[in-house]
Amino acid sequence: MIKTIKEIEEIRKQKREELDLRININAKTKEKHILVCHGTGCTSSKSPQIIDNFRKILGENNITNVRVIQTGCFGLCAKGPIAIIRPEDTFYAHVKPEDCEEIIKTHIIEGNTVDRLLCKDIDGTIVKRLDELNFYKKQKRIALKNCGVIDPENIDEYIAFDGYKSIYKVLTEMTPDQVIEEISKSGLRGRGGAGFPTGKKWSFAQKEQAEQKYIICNADEGDPGAFMDRSILEGDPHSVIEAMAIAGYSIGATQGYIYVRAEYPIAVQRLKIAINQAREYGLLGKNIFGLGFDFDVDIRLGAGAFVCGEETALLESIEGKRGQPRVKPPYPASKGLFGKPTVINNVETLANITRIILNGAEWYSSIGTETSKGTKVFALGGNVNNVGLVEVPMGTTLREIIYDIGGGIPQGKAFKAAQTGGPSGGCIPAEHIDTPIDYESLAQIGSMMGSGGLIVMDETKCMVDIARFYLDFTVSESCGKCTPCRIGTKRMLELLNKICDGNGEEEDIYKLEKLAHIIQKASICGLGQTAPNPVLSTLKYFRDEYREHVLARNCATYTCKAISTIQINPEKCKGCGLCQRKCPVNAIKGEGREIRTIDPEKCIKCGTCIQACPFKAIGN
Amino acid sequence: MEVNCVNEKIKKDMAEILEKYTDQKDNLIAILNEVQEKYGYIPQKAQLEISEKLKIPMAEIYGVITFYSRFTTEPKGKYNISICLGTACFVKGSGNLLDRAKERLKINSGEVTPDGKFSIDEVRCVGACGLAPVFMINNEVYGNATVKMLDEAIDKYMNL
Amino acid sequence: MEEEIINFKIDGIEAKAKKGTTILEAARQNGIDIPTLCFLKDINEVGDCRMCIVEVEGRKGFATSCIQKVEEGMVVKTHSPEVLEARKAILELILSNHHKDCLTCTRSGNCELQNLCIQFNIQKINYEGEMTEHKIDDKSPAIERDFNKCILCRRCVATCKNVQEIGAIDCINRGFNSCISTTYDCSLNDVDCTFCGQCIESCPTGALREKEYIDDVWKKLKDDESYVVVQTAPAVRVALGEEFAMPIGTNVKGKMVTALKYLGFNKVFDTNTGADLTIMEEANEFIERLTKGGTLPMITSCSPGWVRFAEKNYPDLLDHLSSCKSPHQMFGAIIKSYFAQKYNVEPSKIVTVSIMPCIAKKYEASREEMEVDTLRDVDYVLTTRELARMIRQANINFNALEDGDFDIPMGDASGAGAIFGTTGGVMEAAIRTAVDTLEGKSLEKVEYEAVRGEKEIKEATLQIAGKEIKIAVASGLANARKIMEQIKQGKCEYQFVEIMACPGGCVMGGGQPIKNSRTRAAVDVRKLRADALYDIDEKSVIRKSHENPVMQELYKEFLKEPGSEIAHKYLHTHYTKKEKYNI
Repeated sequence: MIKTIKEIEEIRKQKREELDLRININAKTKEKHILVCHGTGCTSSKSPQIIDNFRKILGENNITNVRVIQTGCFGLCAKGPIAIIRPEDTFYAHVKPEDCEEIIKTHIIEGNTVDRLLCKDIDGTIVKRLDELNFYKKQKRIALKNCGVIDPENIDEYIAFDGYKSIYKVLTEMTPDQVIEEISKSGLRGRGGAGFPTGKKWSFAQKEQAEQKYIICNADEGDPGAFMDRSILEGDPHSVIEAMAIAGYSIGATQGYIYVRAEYPIAVQRLKIAINQAREYGLLGKNIFGLGFDFDVDIRLGAGAFVCGEETALLESIEGKRGQPRVKPPYPASKGLFGKPTVINNVETLANITRIILNGAEWYSSIGTETSKGTKVFALGGNVNNVGLVEVPMGTTLREIIYDIGGGIPQGKAFKAAQTGGPSGGCIPAEHIDTPIDYESLAQIGSMMGSGGLIVMDETKCMVDIARFYLDFTVSESCGKCTPCRIGTKRMLELLNKICDGNGEEEDIYKLEKLAHIIQKASICGLGQTAPNPVLSTLKYFRDEYREHVLARNCATYTCKAISTIQINPEKCKGCGLCQRKCPVNAIKGEGREIRTIDPEKCIKCGTCIQACPFKAIGN
Repeated sequence: MEVNCVNEKIKKDMAEILEKYTDQKDNLIAILNEVQEKYGYIPQKAQLEISEKLKIPMAEIYGVITFYSRFTTEPKGKYNISICLGTACFVKGSGNLLDRAKERLKINSGEVTPDGKFSIDEVRCVGACGLAPVFMINNEVYGNATVKMLDEAIDKYMNL
Repeated sequence: MEEEIINFKIDGIEAKAKKGTTILEAARQNGIDIPTLCFLKDINEVGDCRMCIVEVEGRKGFATSCIQKVEEGMVVKTHSPEVLEARKAILELILSNHHKDCLTCTRSGNCELQNLCIQFNIQKINYEGEMTEHKIDDKSPAIERDFNKCILCRRCVATCKNVQEIGAIDCINRGFNSCISTTYDCSLNDVDCTFCGQCIESCPTGALREKEYIDDVWKKLKDDESYVVVQTAPAVRVALGEEFAMPIGTNVKGKMVTALKYLGFNKVFDTNTGADLTIMEEANEFIERLTKGGTLPMITSCSPGWVRFAEKNYPDLLDHLSSCKSPHQMFGAIIKSYFAQKYNVEPSKIVTVSIMPCIAKKYEASREEMEVDTLRDVDYVLTTRELARMIRQANINFNALEDGDFDIPMGDASGAGAIFGTTGGVMEAAIRTAVDTLEGKSLEKVEYEAVRGEKEIKEATLQIAGKEIKIAVASGLANARKIMEQIKQGKCEYQFVEIMACPGGCVMGGGQPIKNSRTRAAVDVRKLRADALYDIDEKSVIRKSHENPVMQELYKEFLKEPGSEIAHKYLHTHYTKKEKYNI
């Protein structure tokens, strides 16, 4: 049913009151909402079953003033599955389906908290409320504003929190030029990696004369370990759709496509629902708000090719072809999808648009650093306690993210490096941990912002192996179109394998470097041009580790199995047998209180025993 | 005889699938996704039907199928083990899981055991980074996985 | 409208170029060459190989000169040390995954990759490593694929897919495992390939080549029991010279005949005579169809690539194809019957060899229909290139040869037979004969400009004996498809259509000397070769097939009249539906 602006405002007013409890701890209401994360992470640890159980038990107890809401990601995936009860904001972590009954009984019916399910912060304090967690204290949520707050499958909830207000404002109060001007002034830059100013991109496409233009949302998030875009699509799909319409109005496009990985079934499903709901309300389609503006959005599925995140490869893929990048120029803004002017924006970039339109460029540009405005969402992963999704103002340091928000490194291990930008980025060593994160400073230290993967590595990681891991990824994801990337990255990988296998020569390190520089400059697309970054940055900061592999034929972290032997130091071994019980391949011999030995034939050098030994008796 | 029957069935299925699309070439990937979903792979006969409808040469369709890792031309094993090699999982040791699976089943990733029971896939981030390392058997996720867990899971399905 | 001129600087030279010119073109216009591999003008402009990279001031990475256009004030460096180092490394990378058996490669000496190695003084390959391994596909009678020599420039793919609009080959797999192949990596023999051989012409290396029959022919030439008769197609004589460093479009008929005699062929005949014979039959067939209400339009059938295309793609429309065999097949059948009888040679001892500009003729000769009384019409088909190889093997100093003449009794052909070798030629030759027949007199007009030239589909309306006849000429299979779609939809108004599989006709056939990318960009090879054929026609005394005394004698002594029963036995064939894919 097409809604007029009056009807939309009606929905907004009514819903906003109803949902006050979601964001206001003092909300005056008799209702309670149990919010359960229904993002991919929590879903794979059974959150759908938790939702079902809650509803079932509520029904059995005839409780009608409590609703169970499925939301997008709260961010703190490490504590998942998560359930939050509002308005009091009680935060239950690691909830299991069988815990539902106790939560309903104790919390809802009796009014007491289920203490055993409360979350412990890293410092050991019991945290009752979500916003008491250190994890959230330094965050600033703009792109993720609605994630974990609203039910992403209910357009009314989006409308309640200012949804579709921006597009109305733009259509009634602003010319396309003014919109672009506003976005330019905000300083928003592309969140997909390269950081191109968004306003500039739009203005290029606006200036082109063409009968048809396109807006594309790039949701082909492929960096291994990055899931910012997925979480936004799962938690707040309408914000992206609305932003696409705003972009469409600005450049003169009437059709948008969201190119999303088929591996994100939940995101795809949410988008489908959101698009249908928006169409039903007349917020997509012909003559939006009766203001003469047409805009519609369709979904295009990717099919498992990382390179399709590169904008021209993405265009090829939407056109139904192999995702092989095109040579630029011409740029998509002049010759894009089906040869027509096209703006391609990343999900997170788009998620900022409606907030900028409503709050103004000045507000947005007051956040962040001189050259990088606003916030950035990171998928924090690897050897860090609070694995999850964080949104911080640009300029926050790596240390703040890892230690204050991320809760530091598990088991008290030392920080060795962090990788930003995934396979296109570089590693940041401890000496740069206080670098404020923005586009320029990351580039300066040999990494890049990238789309937001932030992987923390502790002292047990071999940096040569890490470089090899990323290169292995690029080699298998290279499209094969241009020579330097197709063959060059393969040769680099072979050199790294040679080094890790203990056959490296010093000359190989120079060869690696030379090839890396040529691939950077001669490849067609961003994938090839950035593929050598992990190697170059590890060579820059951890050259000694490479040299140790080559000259001493030793991998100090036992990662490169060919050049590390694991032995039990008989002087230190107390014969407790713990290592033996943990060994997955029964490679450790000895009985009773005997000193244990490792059978090198059987040992797969997984390192489990090293971790297990309480006496630090195992090493090389 | 049997092949003919199968082909007839595919022809019928494909007619239903193709009916939903125009004959514009940019529908190719959407159609392939649907076929992959339906059969677990993309049969040759299905490719012929698509080629006819969209007027795309078979070589190009095959080129597209072999480009995208989601598409396969052979059915997967009854139990498909996907091991996440996303960075978060890798850093937490999913490489060992992969090695172990290959060793146990004596196949490489992307391959199917001779009896058709198991196949191994390397996947890039299944989105459960909070549970890293992760592997999946069909749609069941095994979080905070260890080699031992994998062994036990394989044992379980081996005996089914 | 005046064209906008761009001022830019290249290697320190102030230069100008029209707006829209690529850096590569602009450089060449200014006498600066930039090496290329994947670039094939108008056909493959994708920037894959990265050989043509240059430095553009203000740009972070290298620019792709075959794609990027010059801009006002642009400063380009085409051979800075950094660019040269990168190009050399890229070449080494290509070589690291290339079978480097150059000494035994058919393209040695005419290989774009080899030339670059010489140019860059490659003496050592710094980046060796794993190589992709591919089986050689030699199942078809016409084309061999050896992708161990493929450098993934994709010129063949673009030619097959975009020029011919077949798409039998494409890039499959991804990354390092990418290769050019067919669906399911099948043999070309079993897919929609038509054997036009245009892919071979576009290949910079030896990855695509003809199936060679040189050794078989040598064996027959050595064998005293065999009586080896050779015939040469019209397009061969205007291209063979290129293999011996002569200018494109040189007519080397005399030297070619002498060389063939030196090689030891018992008789050297001219396929042009066979072409005259084809015209006799085809013009007659056309008149029959026209006057007696047969299937129209009638479409020529001398291009076997086109015939295979029709059989695979339009099996319901095969009635439109003339039942005439192609000239060399007709001629082969006549050699083993009429000639054998007249000169008292045992037909079973005759070995017929055709020198053709064509790859598909190899396949055509192997078609089961192409025999009469268990005698194969043509035993071996060699391409222009293979003939050149034989001449080199025999150590013949081709350029110094005296001119020789084709053997009688079938050596003399009309000018109409000569122009068979270019697009529009068959039509023009057929019209000359058909018009005279229908008008009942010999007309002065012999040249039909409307069917000449390079336009994709040429059409004309002729007034013949009070009738309006619409004709069309199409070359290249993409254009063939357009005509066939018209027929399929009942929208075709033509009565007579000539179709050649290769764009430009036989002079540009897949068996002709291979021109590198730079030559193809710089000169119109088709026009130079075609002009040489029109020149032969113009200088001929007899310019109409039916006025050729050889034809008159042949019909009097053997065939009786065009379309007779005996003519059908030897000179006509039929077509059958072929599965597009045998996979």
